[in-house]
Amino acid sequence: MPELKMPEPLHVVGRSVQRSDAAAHVTGRTRYAGDYTFPGMLHLRMVRSPVHHAMIRAVDLSRAERVPGFVRALTWRDVPHNVYTILGLIGVEPEEEFVLAQDRVRYKGEPIVAIVAETEAAALEAVAQVRLDLEELPAVFDVEEALQPDAPIVTHWGSNAFMFEGHPCRRVRFGDVEAGFAQADHIVEAVYNSSPIEHAPTETTGCVAVPEADGRFTVYTNTQALYFSLDNTAIILQVAGKRLHFVGGTVGGGFGGKVDVIVEPIATLAAMKTGRPVRYVFSRSEEMQVSSTRSAWRIRIRDGVMRDGRIVARKVTSYADSGAYSRQTPYALTKHAANAAGPYAIPNVSIDAYCVFTNRTPSSAMRGFGVTMASYAIEVQMDRIAERVGVDPWTIRFVNAYRNGDMKPHRKLAEDATLIETMQAAAALVGHELTDEQRAMTSAPRSPGPEGSPGGEAAAAGSRAAGAPASAGAPAAPASTAEGVL
Amino acid sequence: MGSRIVSFELCGREVEVLVSPMATLQSVLRSQLGYTGTKEGCRQGGCGSCTVLVDGEPMMSCLLPVEDVEGRRVTTIEGIAPVAGLAPIQQAFIEKNAFQCGYCTPGMVVLTKTLLDHHPSPSRDEIIDALGGNVCRCTGYAPIIEAIEAAAAGATTDAGRDAGDWPDPSGER
Repeated sequence: MPELKMPEPLHVVGRSVQRSDAAAHVTGRTRYAGDYTFPGMLHLRMVRSPVHHAMIRAVDLSRAERVPGFVRALTWRDVPHNVYTILGLIGVEPEEEFVLAQDRVRYKGEPIVAIVAETEAAALEAVAQVRLDLEELPAVFDVEEALQPDAPIVTHWGSNAFMFEGHPCRRVRFGDVEAGFAQADHIVEAVYNSSPIEHAPTETTGCVAVPEADGRFTVYTNTQALYFSLDNTAIILQVAGKRLHFVGGTVGGGFGGKVDVIVEPIATLAAMKTGRPVRYVFSRSEEMQVSSTRSAWRIRIRDGVMRDGRIVARKVTSYADSGAYSRQTPYALTKHAANAAGPYAIPNVSIDAYCVFTNRTPSSAMRGFGVTMASYAIEVQMDRIAERVGVDPWTIRFVNAYRNGDMKPHRKLAEDATLIETMQAAAALVGHELTDEQRAMTSAPRSPGPEGSPGGEAAAAGSRAAGAPASAGAPAAPASTAEGVL
Repeated sequence: MGSRIVSFELCGREVEVLVSPMATLQSVLRSQLGYTGTKEGCRQGGCGSCTVLVDGEPMMSCLLPVEDVEGRRVTTIEGIAPVAGLAPIQQAFIEKNAFQCGYCTPGMVVLTKTLLDHHPSPSRDEIIDALGGNVCRCTGYAPIIEAIEAAAAGATTDAGRDAGDWPDPSGER
């Protein structure tokens, strides 16, 4: 490796530095995507499904086309590659989301026809004049109902589960969870539910697409994922990436809600078809109704616990409601599976994490998605365990905290554990009195102790040391049963 | 109903603009006059991002038919700063880092300007009460309140400093 030259002394770390965009923010001179206007700019508004699930029998545009200011309508026939999946860029399959609905709508608010008009008012009026002939279908809104054999099928491949390498869920297998339950003193079982959460950024999702004289298109967008949006737009429109110039970096609140590629492809297509700049910015009600949310989750946890609070087996069955399309949710399930055992050393773990399709608004990224709800469920569960065993919530976490060198259920060695030190600092901040033993603990690797030797944490720790999943006080599970799938 | 001409004072200059019936002040400022500092968060009076001053009083421009400002004095975020430099409240927002994404900032600054004009030494509760109609979804309310307190106390370091005259982020003065 080439020798790195020592940089100049650091000037920034440890001090406050003036943000480069500060003066523009306080004077109103920051230009957000929706602030760009161009001569001849058209306005795009969307005809959306008024129902959760339906076959589209017919779309009648005749009245809309007569609205003064109407310029043109775009349907699925106009979209070169109409069925895509955002994560296709990183190899996720299958393509399943429709840029514009073709023969079926799968969620309330799904886009069907894009209307482009001279003014926003004309576009809205033309949208109101589009007649949809829909045949409503039974809809499903619950993750577990959606996995029943008689459930309405949302996807085009005959199952409401996303397939992870041939399995209907993302799986982690570590040790022997049934053997762990068999020898546990307590079984603590609970189910945790969460609702969808809308990011509700102050600035709604939007962009302005501008045809340039050289045949390229400049797209001013508030996406949080500039090249991700550019690449997906290139795929959907079947044009070379070099014909697209995306200008972004200024986002009026994102929180994960602006990483889906929802407005740019259709606005750019409209600019191509009309030869004019096109503005497509969500209304507040669109932002709330149809932009992606954080998934709703259901998380079932079954823990086997010893009298002293040690968790010897944890089985987690999780369902994320992806809504009608996958967007970023399969990725959330993979992160979830890696974190669903929590920051605890548990010798026997089994995790099944399902990405489920329903007729709800598609869900996607939001701050820590996949992990946030796992943390909520796991930490409430830890309090339940503490109550059952009869220790305080601090103790149950010190007893089970993972250390550097512990093997996590998905076969990653813990290398940066700070749970113990964080709890010690938190206890000091809130004035909680820790025991001498808790104060003396560290995240340093456990010293190996003889298996089953009496008392002391070294013994318990030994059974959890690197690469040796085992149930406490019982022979280590044979390594061949380990089936970590991530 | 046809379009008509509306004239009013905008940030110290007279403007005349041909407007459609029921056009809002917000849409005329942004789409016809190029004053995009006035933001568009909800267009239903729910977020305060479009706050402007009409004869010195804060109003949500998304709910205000532009005909209603005929002959009146409108001040947007573009009219808050003096010719050179920044107003003390703008300086205070910068010093307290009272923004994250910045989208609510123009409305917050305009609102605060009039709060301090009317009420030079507001209590913390009065500041919080005044901000009740302005939403910050990055949830940075604490530094915003601190900035208003600092501006009220005259505690910004150099209110007249030019907006571009800041220490280089590299640390080179």
